[in-house]
Amino acid sequence: MKYMKYNVNEKGYYGEFGGAWIPEMMYANIDELRHRYLEIIESPEFKKEFDQLLKDYVGRPSPLYFAGRLSEHYGTKVYLKREDLNHTGSHKLNNTVGQILLAEKLGKTRIIAETGAGQHGVATATVCALKGIKCVVYMGDLDVQRQAPNVKKMKMLGAKVIPVHSGNKTLKDATNEAMRDWINNPEDTHYIIGSVVGPHPFPDMVARFQSVISKEMKSQLLEKTGSEFPTRILACVGGGSNAAGAFYHYLDDEQVELIGVEAAGKGVETKETAATLLVGSPGVLHASRTMLMQNRDGQITEPYSISAGLDYPGIGPLHAHLFKTGRAKYMATTDEEVLKAALLLTQKEGIIPALESAHALAALEKIKMKPDDVNVINLSGSGNKDMETYLNYFGY
Amino acid sequence: MKKNRINRLFETKKENIFSVYFTAGFPNLDDTVKIIQELEKNGVDLIEIGIPFSDPTADGPTIQHSSEIALKNGMSLHLLFEQLKNIRESVKIPLILMGYFNPVMQFGLEQFCKKCSETGIDGIILPDLPLEEFEAHYKKNFAKNNLHNILLITPQTPEARIRQIDKASNGFIYMVSSAATTGAGKKVEDFQQDYFERIQQMNLKNPRLIGFGISDHDTFANACKYAGGAIIGSAFVKALQSGNELQNSIRDFTKKITGNTKTTAKS
Ligand SMILES: Cc1ncc(COP(=O)(O)O)c(C=O)c1O
Repeated sequence: MKYMKYNVNEKGYYGEFGGAWIPEMMYANIDELRHRYLEIIESPEFKKEFDQLLKDYVGRPSPLYFAGRLSEHYGTKVYLKREDLNHTGSHKLNNTVGQILLAEKLGKTRIIAETGAGQHGVATATVCALKGIKCVVYMGDLDVQRQAPNVKKMKMLGAKVIPVHSGNKTLKDATNEAMRDWINNPEDTHYIIGSVVGPHPFPDMVARFQSVISKEMKSQLLEKTGSEFPTRILACVGGGSNAAGAFYHYLDDEQVELIGVEAAGKGVETKETAATLLVGSPGVLHASRTMLMQNRDGQITEPYSISAGLDYPGIGPLHAHLFKTGRAKYMATTDEEVLKAALLLTQKEGIIPALESAHALAALEKIKMKPDDVNVINLSGSGNKDMETYLNYFGY
Repeated sequence: MKKNRINRLFETKKENIFSVYFTAGFPNLDDTVKIIQELEKNGVDLIEIGIPFSDPTADGPTIQHSSEIALKNGMSLHLLFEQLKNIRESVKIPLILMGYFNPVMQFGLEQFCKKCSETGIDGIILPDLPLEEFEAHYKKNFAKNNLHNILLITPQTPEARIRQIDKASNGFIYMVSSAATTGAGKKVEDFQQDYFERIQQMNLKNPRLIGFGISDHDTFANACKYAGGAIIGSAFVKALQSGNELQNSIRDFTKKITGNTKTTAKS
């Protein structure tokens, strides 16, 4: 089998990370998923439906764009994988399309989701509208305020948005609340997790749905550069789903450098950061053994980032494993560096990136690149949802 | 090895076992020992001491709130063991620590089990430590320290898994009353009697206690019809919030729960 070295094993582990640390109340649902997900998503019928929707509904393949003026600026070759051009404006829809088809096959009639930036919430509300399925989205109250346009979109799409008031009122707390909902509704509900986090089989399932990103990248690079293999791939990492998708088909191609970029917030040396791998330690959160931001008593500490989508104190177990084994490198960029990088892309290429995606762009400032290097940035989302932050900061 | 107090309890008392959960460090940091002593004095048979966690995903609003306050008050596992150091000088009933896995993992599981044993803890409930992980990695440490790992079942647990859990248990089985997070305020009609009856008829080797949503005399008495007894958490945590003297609120609460039941005399 391919990707054995970095793939999940039959117990749901990537090396020492992963598993399904679920309370017994979630056992029946997780057990059903674990036993059925591969059989369902690998079936020819499912694949056909999924591919068709990716093409006609999501608008795939997403372009691989050679960013000429940005390349010139950095003295190297920069390509952008344009996930921002997907319907709903981010990579999140790849996963929700896959999971809604799965939920249908499982006979579920109610969908729940957590969301940070609101992108996953919108992507979930969208596929629920598409299929006429009831949708409830949990969102931290702070995020409800800083991502107001997405809240309105979800409502217009027919979803019920429930603000979460516990903890830091962000993504972690929304995830807690979604898990509680699932415990309270074990029969009719499927939980569409928004990233490669949570109990097995979610990390593997979401990575498979997002892997279309690197699958397309291979053929697009071959066509544009004569080789499937770039020098390096950069992607921002919150939970890690867009990065998992961008890395997936390159995991065994060790000549390709994989770089995940976390949110440094105000700096990894400060308390106001979300750079989980760089400042965290192993622990168990949201039913997964992974790297976490926590104090010495094992209480989860509150992350901080300017971008709501990266504001998470954990990370998908695949990334914890890639970090530990050294297969991928992880770095972090600060709020300030990110805002600058977003403005640079906007004015060099006429593309306004999501704050999350701009973390990967900002990493270009910190990497030594040769003129002939082929650098692929996974541009995970569009900046539409972040206009208020940008306008406030730049004072337009 | 001395007999575990949980087993002794179930040998001598077959019905109406009155079990209470509270969150350590709530309402005040130093209430822990006093609450335990008062509960025992008022006829409670078994106590679950909650280790607060920042992300209690299996808990409803009441225990979320008590955990948040307890953490703000400064509660930690280190401090809890410090508070409980001499608890066996005054308290005889079985004591169980209940919490989430991560704080225990950071404390160090081996060290945790050792500390429990030294302190006179009889059992552990870690809802997010699944049976498979427990059996593969932690069972030996529990056994070495004469600690029972208490496992949960729910209305959705398949029969084969219930049998497996029964086999792996050696104190009692925690029967989650319904598909729900913890929380008070349920009525007798809200519970699935057929689930209670189904489990009762399975002839499991372990006794059961029913918990989650048991909040008053009626729900307690009803649960006791189907199991060795019942566990009350959120309703007790709420009672502690009343602002009255601990002594009074605990006395009033226990009276309210057992008031009209014919509790067998404590042996
Ligand atoms: C545009 C965009 N990129 C990235 C992320 C982070 O998620 P992940 O790390 O799972 O890709 C989000 C999350 O909301 C997002 O909206």
